[in-house]
Parts: sequence; C-alpha cells; structure tokens
Amino acid sequence: MNAPVKSSKYIRGESGDWEVVIGLEVHAQVVSKAKLFSGAATDFGAPPNSQVSFVDAAMPGMLPVINRRCVEQAIRTGLGLRAKINPVSVFDRKNYFYPDLPSGYQISQYKQPIVGEGEVIIDLPGGETATVGIERLHLEQDAGKSLHDQHADYSYVDLNRAGVALMEIVSRPDMRCADEAVAYLKKLRAILRYLGTCDGNMEEGSLRADVNVSVRRPGADLGTRCEIKNVNSLRFIAQAIEYEARRQIEIVEGGGTVKQETRLFDSRAGETRSMRSKEEAHDYRYFPDPDLLPLELDAAWIKAIAASLPELPDEKKARFIKDYGLSAYDAGVIVAERELADYYEVMARGADAKLAANWLNNEILGRLNKQGLSIGDCPVSAEANHAIIAMTSDGTISGKIAKDLLDIVWAEGGDPRTVVEARGLRQVTDTRAIEEAVERVIAANPDKVAQAKAKPKLAGWFVGQVMKETGGKANPQAVNAVLKARLELPEEG
Amino acid sequence: MSVDRETVLRVARLARIALEEDRVDPMVTELNTILGWVEQLQEVDVREVAPLTSVVAQRLKMRDDEVTAGGDAAAVTANAPLVEDHFYVVPKVVE
Repeated sequence: MNAPVKSSKYIRGESGDWEVVIGLEVHAQVVSKAKLFSGAATDFGAPPNSQVSFVDAAMPGMLPVINRRCVEQAIRTGLGLRAKINPVSVFDRKNYFYPDLPSGYQISQYKQPIVGEGEVIIDLPGGETATVGIERLHLEQDAGKSLHDQHADYSYVDLNRAGVALMEIVSRPDMRCADEAVAYLKKLRAILRYLGTCDGNMEEGSLRADVNVSVRRPGADLGTRCEIKNVNSLRFIAQAIEYEARRQIEIVEGGGTVKQETRLFDSRAGETRSMRSKEEAHDYRYFPDPDLLPLELDAAWIKAIAASLPELPDEKKARFIKDYGLSAYDAGVIVAERELADYYEVMARGADAKLAANWLNNEILGRLNKQGLSIGDCPVSAEANHAIIAMTSDGTISGKIAKDLLDIVWAEGGDPRTVVEARGLRQVTDTRAIEEAVERVIAANPDKVAQAKAKPKLAGWFVGQVMKETGGKANPQAVNAVLKARLELPEEG
Repeated sequence: MSVDRETVLRVARLARIALEEDRVDPMVTELNTILGWVEQLQEVDVREVAPLTSVVAQRLKMRDDEVTAGGDAAAVTANAPLVEDHFYVVPKVVE
C-alpha cells in the first residue's frame, strides 16, 4: 500500500485501536467456449451433465489436453494486472475427495504459477488511489456442483462446471478496511471485464471471493487470520469483514487467541460461522500432474497478446480527466464499465464534455438504476443524448425541458430533434413573448406584486409562475431579467 | 526420511485406501525401503540439472477453443449406481 493508513480506519475496541488486515483470493471464471482440459462447453444454466466430456467425468484412460485460449486469457489478465508472466509454469494435482470432483484431484498450479507479482490501483472516495499488490495468478479447474436440498438422504451432482477454467488471483494482505476490499474487487472486476477474460457475474458465480481477515494493534506483527469462504456479493464482503474483525477483536480483548480456520459467511444471519471440517482437510498432497508437460510460453506470443490489450480503466480515467476536463470522481464512475465509457464518448464528442458527464451520471444512470437496467439496456441511444445535450448547450431547449425531453424519448423513442419540433419544446428566448407572460402573471396577482416589492425573495415565485405560463419553455435567465425590470427589484449583489 | 505407523495410517485414510491391520507394519517397512532408496539418490548433486519432464523433447500439446465433446448426459451417467434426471445421485454429503 503506498498511501499511509489513516487512523480513521482503525476499529475502536474496549482496550484501544485495532487495525484490520485483509487479503483476497478471487476465483474468476475464464471466458472460453470450451473447458480448460476438455472440449465440453462452458455455458451457464445448461441441463444437468449435458456439458460433460469423458475427461470431465474422469473416465479411466482419458487424458487432459490444454485449451490454448484459456492460457491466452490468463496471460492477458496477467498483463492487465501489470504482472510478471512466467515463461515456464507447472500443473499440479491437488488431491481431495468430494463427489463433485470425480477424479479425486483438481488440476491446479502450486509452486510455479503462470503469472507472478502484479498490482491493482484502487479508487477510493474523494478521488484518492491506493495500490494493492497481486501475489500470483494461476490456472485451475473448477469443480462440479452438488445440490443438497433435492432429497432427504441424497445429494445430486451436476458436472457441467467441472473442468471449466478458473483464474485464482491472490492479493497481498494490503487492504485495511471493508471499503478498500470492496474497491479492490470492483477494480479487479472492471479490469477483467475490459480485458474480456471474465464476465465478472457474481450472481452466476463467475467471480467468487474468499476473504482473509486478521486484526492487530496498529503497526504490530500480523495476527492469526481466518479465511471466509463463499462471499458472493460486494455487500456481503463488506458485511463479512466488519463482522469477522469485531469477532476477532472481542476474542483477543477477552484474553483468548484467534484460531486459524476456514469460516463460512451466512448472509441471512449476517455473521461468519466455523466450518466443521476435519483437521486433515488441508493436506492436499500436491504433486506435478504426470499427464501434463510444463507449460512453456513463447516470448513472441506474450508480446502479441500485450499488443492487443485494450485501453484499461486507469489509462481511460487519466485520458478522460485530461481530454474532457472531468473530475477524478466523475471519470472514475464513467470508466467503471467499458460500455459506459464508450457510451459517454459518443455523447461527449463535439459537445460540452462536463455537461455530458453530469447528464450521464445524474439523468441516465439515475433512470437506469431506478429501473434496474444496465447501460447496455438503455432505451435512449448515446447519439440521441448527444443531440439533447447539444440542444441544451446552444439554447434550443432549457435544462428543464431537456429532462422532459429525455423522459419522452425514454418512454416513446424517437429522434430528440424531431420531438422538439413536433411538440414545440423550443426555448422561448423572444423577450416579447416572455414580457407578455410576465404581464399576465402580474395582472392576475396584484397582492403578490405588492409583497414582492417589500420582500424581493418573492421574485422566485414569479419566475415559477411565468415558467408555468410558458410551459417551461421560457429561458429562466431571460424571465429573471424581465421580472426584475418590471417589478423594479434591485439587482442581486 | 522415514515414515511411522501413524503416518502410514493417515496417508491411507487421505487416499481412501483400506489397509487391513495386518498390512500396516509390512507397509511401513516397504515404504521405508523405498524412501531409503530415494534418499540414496539424493546424494547426487542435481542443482545444475533441469528437471526431466519427458524422455523425448516435446512441448505441451494444446487444443483449440472449440466445443468438441459433451451433449450426452445419458452416456456420462450410464455407469453411475444411481441417476435421476441426469444427475448423479450420491449419499448426502452436506456438512
């Protein structure tokens, strides 16, 4: 972490301050058509065991053959994490018995992973950033899925997921509060999605996180950590960390010691629970898989993949700040999703870029969030929004009408320029028309006129009435000027 | 390096190998003979020798990312003792 820890991040216990130390192990499902070592499909939600080859079912004599695309995706991710790509890596067998692992071992990488040390820059509130170190990334097989609630005495096993390629991405214990862990996962997810190496879908389990949490006195040696498994949303990760840190602090302050163990997050109860697993469960007896030769990578291949990387969130954010004059915060929000950034660039081209950013963040994202839609489902195109912004900038429509116009094209579709003409939404800048409206309002409210002379603040009420009179189409500045002259109000200092 | 009775029993349990009581002590002796032989090999200095992963010079073969297998749930579950709706059905394993 390059930024010093702020004391505000400490948790206050009975006996003083505590610092929480957090590291994440993220399992990211590789985007590929076929599995890591077999030719079976990887689609989510297929009928049970319909995407299982004889390799995945561990039939005798079947041999694994590695999928080139999966290797490329791991390299691409490593490069996106500014990490060292290891020219030689080795596949090992991690041995354990479970019904959804038919071979009795998971093919993984232990001592020699494909990707070494890298880093992720996380974005913190207020536009600050911090660096989280990446320890390693390795390729491994996913396991199948067991359903335990179908029958009183039996578990049901579906091997569709067995053998799908995963990237396990291990961070350094560089995070000091739940917010930083969430920021890290958000950023990692954004990078993976930009790279197209993982779809980042946490609901479907394409991105899963195990969270390591320990507590210590500020600056002291690391405490004993607990690993929390099965945390499948950003909100739950924050909850699990908060709960687990408090639990550990209570134990230590009560004179006890934290036991190193694997715990499960129960999202319904909002707490972590000890997993009743046997002590020997962690004895995986790794050894190199004799079915697979070491994975050797040509420098030319790595170079070609590096040359094909897209502009990543950090670079895009820096460019948006520089070229469009956006604040670090606005730029950060917009580059979080590649689709959103692309949408913004279409909107902002040749328009008022800051106005476009505000429009996107307030109006468009506001409406999308309310309806639970993502930018890809937005009923109004970026081009249409570009037109609305351009008409607002050049005074064709008022800011108020712009929002109404967005509502119209949002619900009914259509070209904003045509809608403005067809419905007569053009802003009234013609002073005569505004003056007439002002006269009508004044004539109808003689009592208010008298009050306004005594209390100039009442002018705001008149502005509202005139806007109503003109169907919101009057230019508010022009209305203000006309009203002030007519009511003989003093100019505001 | 050598193994004791306890280690042999533990490894057998981890590997789900049924070891009859009268086979335990002979197994300890046999494994220690093998380990003794490996220990002898370790006297050779191989610090400058790359690990031999294949007796012929070859590299890891790769496949293209194409779907070439699967789509036959009945075939992959054909040998399972118990199947329902194409799921493998096993004794309950929830912790």
